[in-house]
Amino acid sequence: MSMTRRTILAASAATLAAPALVRAQGTQPIRIGEINSYTTLPAFTVPYRNGWQLRVEQINAAGGILGRPLEVVWRDDAGRPQDAVRLAGELLDNERVDILGGTFFSHVGLAVADFALQRKRLFVASEPLTDAIVWDKGNRYTFRLRPSTYMQAAMLVEEAAKLPAKRWVTVSPNYEYGQSAVKWFKQLLMAKRPDVEFVAEQWPALGRIDAGATVQALAQARPEAIYNVTFGPDLTNFVRQGNTRGLFERRSVVSLLTGEPEYLDPLADETPEGWVVTGYPWEQINTPEHTAFRDAYRARFNDYPRLGTVVGYDMITAIAEAIRKAGTTDNEKVIEALRGLPFNSPFGPVVFRALDHQATLGAYVGKTALRNNRGVMVDWRYADGANYLPSDDEVRRMRPQGA
Amino acid sequence: MDFVLIQFLTGLSSASALFLIASGLTVIFGVTRIVNFAHGSFYMLGAYLAWTIVRAFWDWGGREPYLFVAGVIVAAIVVSLIGVAMEMTLLRRIYRAPELFQLLATFGVVLIIQDATLAIWGPEDLPLPRPPWLRGFIEIAGSRFPRYDLILAVIGPVVLGLLWLLFHRTRFGVLVRAATQDREMVAALGVDQRKLFSGVFFLGSALAGLGGALVLPSQSANLQMDLSIIAEAFVVVVVGGMGSVPGAFLASLLIAEVQAFGIVLLPKITLVLVFLVMAAVLMVRPYGLLGKPQAHARAQSGMVEPVLRPAPPILAWAGIAALALAASTPFWAGAYALTVLVELAVFVLFAASLHLMMGPGGVVSFGHAAYFGLGAYGAALGLRYLALPMEAGLVMAPLFAGLFGVVFGVFVVRLSGVYLAMLTLAFAQIVWAAAFQWVDITGGDNGILGVWPSAWATNKSVYLWLSLALCIGATMLLRRFVFSPFGYGLRAARDSELRAEAIGLDTARLRLVAFTIAAAAAGLAGGVYAYAKGSVFPTYISIPKSVDALLMVLLGGVQTVTGPIVGAIAYHGLFVGILQTTQYWRAALGLSIVLLVLAFPLGIAGFARARWERAKGLEAA
Amino acid sequence: MSAPVLDVRSIEKRFGGVHAVADVSFSVAAGEMLALIGPNGAGKSTCFNLVNGQLRADGGEVRLAGRSLAGIAPRAIWRLGVGRTFQITATFASMTVRENVQMALISHHRTLWSFLSRAADKFRAEADALLAQVGMAEQAERPCGVLAYGDLKRLELAVALANDPKLLLMDEPTAGMAPKERTALMELTRGIVRARGLACLFTEHDMDVVFGQADRILVMNRGRLIAEGTAETVRNDPAVREVYLGAGTTSGGH
Repeated sequence: MSMTRRTILAASAATLAAPALVRAQGTQPIRIGEINSYTTLPAFTVPYRNGWQLRVEQINAAGGILGRPLEVVWRDDAGRPQDAVRLAGELLDNERVDILGGTFFSHVGLAVADFALQRKRLFVASEPLTDAIVWDKGNRYTFRLRPSTYMQAAMLVEEAAKLPAKRWVTVSPNYEYGQSAVKWFKQLLMAKRPDVEFVAEQWPALGRIDAGATVQALAQARPEAIYNVTFGPDLTNFVRQGNTRGLFERRSVVSLLTGEPEYLDPLADETPEGWVVTGYPWEQINTPEHTAFRDAYRARFNDYPRLGTVVGYDMITAIAEAIRKAGTTDNEKVIEALRGLPFNSPFGPVVFRALDHQATLGAYVGKTALRNNRGVMVDWRYADGANYLPSDDEVRRMRPQGA
Repeated sequence: MDFVLIQFLTGLSSASALFLIASGLTVIFGVTRIVNFAHGSFYMLGAYLAWTIVRAFWDWGGREPYLFVAGVIVAAIVVSLIGVAMEMTLLRRIYRAPELFQLLATFGVVLIIQDATLAIWGPEDLPLPRPPWLRGFIEIAGSRFPRYDLILAVIGPVVLGLLWLLFHRTRFGVLVRAATQDREMVAALGVDQRKLFSGVFFLGSALAGLGGALVLPSQSANLQMDLSIIAEAFVVVVVGGMGSVPGAFLASLLIAEVQAFGIVLLPKITLVLVFLVMAAVLMVRPYGLLGKPQAHARAQSGMVEPVLRPAPPILAWAGIAALALAASTPFWAGAYALTVLVELAVFVLFAASLHLMMGPGGVVSFGHAAYFGLGAYGAALGLRYLALPMEAGLVMAPLFAGLFGVVFGVFVVRLSGVYLAMLTLAFAQIVWAAAFQWVDITGGDNGILGVWPSAWATNKSVYLWLSLALCIGATMLLRRFVFSPFGYGLRAARDSELRAEAIGLDTARLRLVAFTIAAAAAGLAGGVYAYAKGSVFPTYISIPKSVDALLMVLLGGVQTVTGPIVGAIAYHGLFVGILQTTQYWRAALGLSIVLLVLAFPLGIAGFARARWERAKGLEAA
Repeated sequence: MSAPVLDVRSIEKRFGGVHAVADVSFSVAAGEMLALIGPNGAGKSTCFNLVNGQLRADGGEVRLAGRSLAGIAPRAIWRLGVGRTFQITATFASMTVRENVQMALISHHRTLWSFLSRAADKFRAEADALLAQVGMAEQAERPCGVLAYGDLKRLELAVALANDPKLLLMDEPTAGMAPKERTALMELTRGIVRARGLACLFTEHDMDVVFGQADRILVMNRGRLIAEGTAETVRNDPAVREVYLGAGTTSGGH
């Protein structure tokens, strides 16, 4: 661990961060250390990286924060929490970053959150969905941006409760995210509709769905409605088998995250119609703030934004606003600033709740449809995250004392 | 009954897909004895290439079935050429290296292909648009059954038949069968082994490519395909009996049907089911369904194990100096250096523990991460349920791992060679699945948090010293074991089981004790790691972690006692260094592995020792 | 003559329909070299493996110094005082010559389950003495993997003697050796057998070795003993002559 190696690392980090680097003469940049699963999930994390990059450039072009430019030093955790924790240490100790942010996987997010607590440093978890990160495992130093599993399930339950269906089945990848997503959906739907029953469940292994057998097993239960949590390659596989075998015909399907372009686009001309989904109909949202965002993104990257793009973009906005409000990068003060901080997302106004450090960023709920041989969302509306959270008392019960 | 029929047919089509990839793997293994990790990558390449080629054909001549078939075949051929290229440029140079060294090389290729695929095809999943004839179905017993699945279900037996013809009606096939049974004999008959091996790689890779291309109508080409298929393909090969194509067919049938019906009865068992099947089969039939006992794998590599000599004084002094330097780091380097050093200490012990089994024990484990993870979980569960402090947790870690080591070891040591390795993998996957899916107890993939050191050890310097003391101390102890009567007995059992038994050594018990010690030592490493990271996750038990340990041992040199130490430092140093310096770190790491393999076929420490022995004029075996 | 060291009574072994060993009885006394010969497939190896515990007899009895060996594993038989050499040498290639012998001594003295002491320091003098007996003292430091074949055979002999055996079992001890070496090795063996008062049972193809070194010879054919006695008796036995007639000579047999 000689000095040479450290110098090389520092130098290379600077090169890596170069696109995001604005060297204002004589001023020290504010450094944000960003960790994500760039090689493990490039389909999600690359648009996400473009998102934060765009926002950093915009802020720096407008003169930075507190007269200092923003700089992001990013690292690839390779999907391993143990590496993420090491890199978090490296960013704090070697790169001297002021604030930590990022992560996609829930377990990586939780690992960094716990590390942040240990080191008493601010961590803005951008993408992880697990409820634990702000509730049972919540801590003073961790904030989470994206609407959680609970919130998205609650958005879908609102729609599911309106359906006439009583016999439900669920299909979900067998790990914490899938299990929570099913648990909340069942619990919240049964509270609203005591007459529904869940007659079967399928738990394919993540990334290893045996789609034909799974579809057949679900059909065997003769459900009236299906709740789907699978995503990515599993989803494509499931949808193709389901289409051919007629699983979705004359049945309602409620599906988590499926309207996000990351998951919807690969379904292409096989996108099933009429599924109730949460997602992001990027081409149809024409509010001034979203149009501006979309145009800027297109101009910069010659591509359309994905949901991850918005998340990366908003993470930088929130951090920048908090520093501006605190007037310093001192983490304790920035945390105070973040608690209850309002900021503007391309989706509209968002608040970081002081209660549990969850942002009220919402999602779009609508139905899937086919247009020009590709999947889109129709009949959608924006579901503000603030309306899909448990009561404050419940949250207080779940969250550790003093967090 | 209708449901049973449909589910059975569904199982058949999954079985076919599984068989295609497994048959290629088993043919390659049977002849070359290479555990080809890159086989999954060839499967992935088959899918990506087919996506490109079939679409190009369709753009040119319409979405006709025959153009799909042509595209699939072209894709398979391109993949087979890539396979041959890997054999000719890389593997051919290292056939004389110790057994399993080729595994290391193929793993390097896996990493390179991952990044190459990402660079060429981009990050997003690529679905092949299905024209109506690919979406069609037929009515069977009142249910709709995809016509393509029916075609797949037929392709498996057809390929089996074609392979049978190839193996029984052509000279090449006869040679392949002969080589599978007795490689030396074929060489003695004057057959050009190089051509035979290239031919086998051509055939095997073509089958992998075909498998990848044929799943395209049901699933998108994606970057996770390679690793998600490889473990299952190995399971099929082992359950069927390594080198047996009909065995692979039976095994794919068994596994696919067990899976198809298993998920109806026990929906949550998905992940462990195949590994439970494998463990059960291996306990009853140690060489798989249709496999034959291998001639002792070590004899086949044509390598004689070199004599182990205690380290020369200069090496001992160098070690002490390195340790002193490491212990003094807090006085001259930053906090991050301490973090990396703690990891290095942990991995040195992790690698050394695997080496005790792989080197002196001659027992290769593909699932050593299980014990690393069990140690970490032992500490974490102790904290979560018994509120154990760090001190007790660090005692708990090796005990917990060692306990599982005994239980699994009883079954493991009855087997040998690759079958043994695969049983260790099966146990590791079962442990992993428990950690990953049994959310109520283990927290699932969210892991167990807050596993931080006791107050006196929270200081980074103190924890570094503690880690060095425990990990390096335990490593030195393992080293001492190697030169003790027990270690000699272990080596005796490896060198000649017949002779060892004939001088009264209980070889099975020697291996079991070694397995348990290795498990406990890995558990201690896991425990130290858990408190260093503050949390415990199923990723500690995952296959890549086991592969890490293998890479460290092989890179350092399995035939030396210093090998695992050097290997752990080299590999982790490489990993940490490259991870942060390049976007395409996987390709860079893969390339480094390949180059190291070519430069040091005996491992780094093995190379150094050979040079030292030559310089000293010592007789090497 | 005192009680025999090895006493074999009416042993039987069948493999499916093949009667590999049928009603074979013999005994070996201390200090005696007993050769077991016969054409290929006569049942010598099976007979041998029934004695050393590798195979389990279907009937009959094998006694070592009066103690039945029925159902005892090879490992335990060794502990009772049976040393063995193999047709194809089996030594520990990753050890030096001395360490090979030390390994056997460690097992014999039951110090295998020691984890901290250094094996290379154990029973060094004893090992060197055994190596000296077989004329391998100068090669003690050499890796066993580089030894000439004849030297490996001597090493095996030293290893077989490490547990101070009562009985020495040698399966084709001179297979693969040059004729000169064969006689030398067996003369060495005979000297040790006499000096230590061991009983030695060996199978052998080389008739020069057999007739030159054995005190007594057993001849098997098709699973049965067809002759027994001194070299002279056996040489003149009509049944033996008939069995070997096909070969046309008394030496060789491959």
